[in-house]
Amino acid sequence: MLRVEGLTKIFGGLRAVDGASLNVDQGQIVALIGPNGAGKTTLFASIAGFHSIDAGRVVLMDQDITGWPVHKISRKGMVRTFQITQPFAKLSVLENIMVGAYQIHPNAQEARVHAIDVAQKVGMGHMLAQAASDLTVAGRKRLELARALATNPQLLLLDEVMAGLNPSEIVEMVAIVRTIRDMGVTVLLIEHVMQAVMSLSEHIYVLSYGKIIAQGAPQQVVSDPAVIEAYLGRGAAKEVAHA
Amino acid sequence: MNTPSTAVLHRTVNWKLHIAVLAVAIAFPFVFPSSFMVNFGVLALFYAFIGQSWNISGGFAGQLSFGHVAFFGVGAYASAIVQMRWGFSPWMGLPASAIAGAVVGLIIAVLSFRAGLKGSYFALITLAFAEVLRILSNSVDLTGGGLGMLIPLKRSAANFQFEERAGFYFVILVLTVLSIACAEWLRHSRFGARLAAIRENEDAAKALGIDVFTEKVKIMLLSGAMCGVGGCFFSQYFLYIDPTIVFGVDKSVEMLLVSMIGGAGTVYGPLIGSLLLAFVSDITRVLTQIQGLSLVLYGALLVIIIAYLPNGLVDLFKSKSKSKTKRIADDVAR
Amino acid sequence: MDITILAAATINGLLLGGIYTLVACGLTLIYGVLHIINFAHGSMLMLAMFGVYYLLMVFKVDPYISLFIMVPVMYGFGYVLYKGVIGRLSNSKDENILLITLGLSIFLENVALMLFKGDSRTISVSYSDIMVELGPTLVPMPKLISFGVSMLLCIGLGLLIQKTDLGKSIRAVAKERVGARLVGIDVDKIFAISYGIGLATLGAAACLLMPIFYVSPTIGHVFVLVAFTVVVLGGMGSFLGAVVGGLIVGLTESFGGLFLGESLGQIGISLIFILILLLKPSGLFGASR
Repeated sequence: MLRVEGLTKIFGGLRAVDGASLNVDQGQIVALIGPNGAGKTTLFASIAGFHSIDAGRVVLMDQDITGWPVHKISRKGMVRTFQITQPFAKLSVLENIMVGAYQIHPNAQEARVHAIDVAQKVGMGHMLAQAASDLTVAGRKRLELARALATNPQLLLLDEVMAGLNPSEIVEMVAIVRTIRDMGVTVLLIEHVMQAVMSLSEHIYVLSYGKIIAQGAPQQVVSDPAVIEAYLGRGAAKEVAHA
Repeated sequence: MNTPSTAVLHRTVNWKLHIAVLAVAIAFPFVFPSSFMVNFGVLALFYAFIGQSWNISGGFAGQLSFGHVAFFGVGAYASAIVQMRWGFSPWMGLPASAIAGAVVGLIIAVLSFRAGLKGSYFALITLAFAEVLRILSNSVDLTGGGLGMLIPLKRSAANFQFEERAGFYFVILVLTVLSIACAEWLRHSRFGARLAAIRENEDAAKALGIDVFTEKVKIMLLSGAMCGVGGCFFSQYFLYIDPTIVFGVDKSVEMLLVSMIGGAGTVYGPLIGSLLLAFVSDITRVLTQIQGLSLVLYGALLVIIIAYLPNGLVDLFKSKSKSKTKRIADDVAR
Repeated sequence: MDITILAAATINGLLLGGIYTLVACGLTLIYGVLHIINFAHGSMLMLAMFGVYYLLMVFKVDPYISLFIMVPVMYGFGYVLYKGVIGRLSNSKDENILLITLGLSIFLENVALMLFKGDSRTISVSYSDIMVELGPTLVPMPKLISFGVSMLLCIGLGLLIQKTDLGKSIRAVAKERVGARLVGIDVDKIFAISYGIGLATLGAAACLLMPIFYVSPTIGHVFVLVAFTVVVLGGMGSFLGAVVGGLIVGLTESFGGLFLGESLGQIGISLIFILILLLKPSGLFGASR
């Protein structure tokens, strides 16, 4: 589905992403984790076309999309959400989702029906008339998701969709993400909330200082000393082993 | 979950309102046939029309322009030139001005948006473009330079001049109705929804597959064409144009004012704004004899509106009726 | 073309540019610190110029002496205007602030129209006609004085910003608002002061322009475009940019008039503005956005 090969993104003197490679197969839920500032969102933004790439390639569904403009990538089927939610503030929830729906339904009525359907699937069916700016954090995250979903994407890039949610909201969101995958959408997610990462993902990539330092099945990755050190500092792996 | 009923799926057009307003507008010159009142009507509709041209790009798409007069002026000159220099029927001024306005809209849009200009920078560059056109029209023979262009008085419908002032009234009424229809269409169409998305958040819009650049260019093209037609009407009504009149900053400001005060991004905002300002203008002139007082009030009004009522006066009317989407939501929840 | 004519145009351009610099300094300071695009800059200059006009006509105060009156008065006006009006709105979107300052400029311009009617006014002082020989050309004395004073004031302003504690606070707020607040700087007061200084430069510029120019209620439009062009050319928030930009714009206007004639010559400024925005919006010395 998605193949990223040696992606490098440089800002001024800083290598925000350094030769990162990852692979997402169709139907998978793959997680991208790493300490703060590792470059995860930059990687997402680069994959989705928001940043120009300094080296490497992005291949989506066997097509090289490196350098494609954002909207073209989105229309091909890869849609990203934003870490800091970007709602269309003055529009209602329904109107927000419709913008996504319009990508596949030129007709207003069909777009509306589809949007209502998507809203119900993520549990927003009862708040369609609310202005997006009135939503809580959880509501906005869900709206961000619904909007992207309305485009009938092949691959969804979810950027910290759990951030700011309380435990019960996290449980709900995890269920929603699973439902989305069951609908046939492949998911690549950035996440800090380990509970969500462990319960959802089949494969994890770990990013630290712009480089992929580990990857594999969840259990394998979280006990990897390199990963522990990336989060807790040098020597921490030994400490953890002795604890 | 039950599927919502079909009735709820249409975004409603308030036909009653449209028909009522149209009826009042049609009746107006018959109820108030004096020259003064008909002129009032013509000007109110005229500013509503060009205000709407600003509104579709500034209000609906969020691309604030301080130089819309650029389209107005080229429309006015195109219309006058087609008539005076090339000998065509004055009615040809309508398509000529639309095309001229659209072309200038296209050029300004492509240049500015390719360069990634947004918000205040876009507003300022449109001001500069208008200024360039003003200076050019002031210096070139084709447009009569500083002397401007005079259209000879020859009242006949075939000549796009009317014996009865009401003739002009109905022409501008038709144009205004078309502009309102355009705005209403934007409210219901995919194009309009995309423009709203662009206005609210360009990055999010891109992420949802919207070709932001192309949509912005399209709306500027439409806006330019509409504004150009306004220029054509102006030149036929007043029969004299010069660089200061048709490329001066004042018109840009007036287009912006009626839309922002009435309600940017709404269908009737420009009309409400225009009626209010025409009214204030006449009242202040009659009561106080002070020239320029109305504009002092408009300026203050703009500041107050932006600071406290950013959606314009339309906000005062909105809270009463239950919004359509709320009705849909209620139905869906049942 | 005669070398003397070119030289004359160059000198005149530089002299005028020196004053544009002063006008632009205020605008760039206001933008750099408050992130406000002060569209009312032109009309405020216009009001200040009327002030200078009446100070001379009614109170017989020489325009250059008026500096001592206009600068503090405009500073005070700016400070109060900030506290009363602008301050409440400085958290709004960029475009809203632009619209508000547009509204303000419409207000001011038409108040002026109401009070002063539409005619232009000029002033003359005893030394208006004294010509000074400057290389190949003769320059009216006031133009030279204005240029000199303007440059002094720009340097003074630059020193204020670079060397004094107040200047340090201003620079801090301009760079990082929240951080400045955290180290105890009264950010709101700095905003008010900066806006005051911005208008004070207009007060000074008014005194320097009146002897060599004219005033009418609508000249605000002209100055706004010139001021914005200088600031955008030089880079928003850069003083060096304001100086360099001002001189370039002055030269452009001068040469534009020389080669293209009175009417078409004005096009130079607008073209510079457009080209800079299209090609290098951060200007010559500004930070990239």
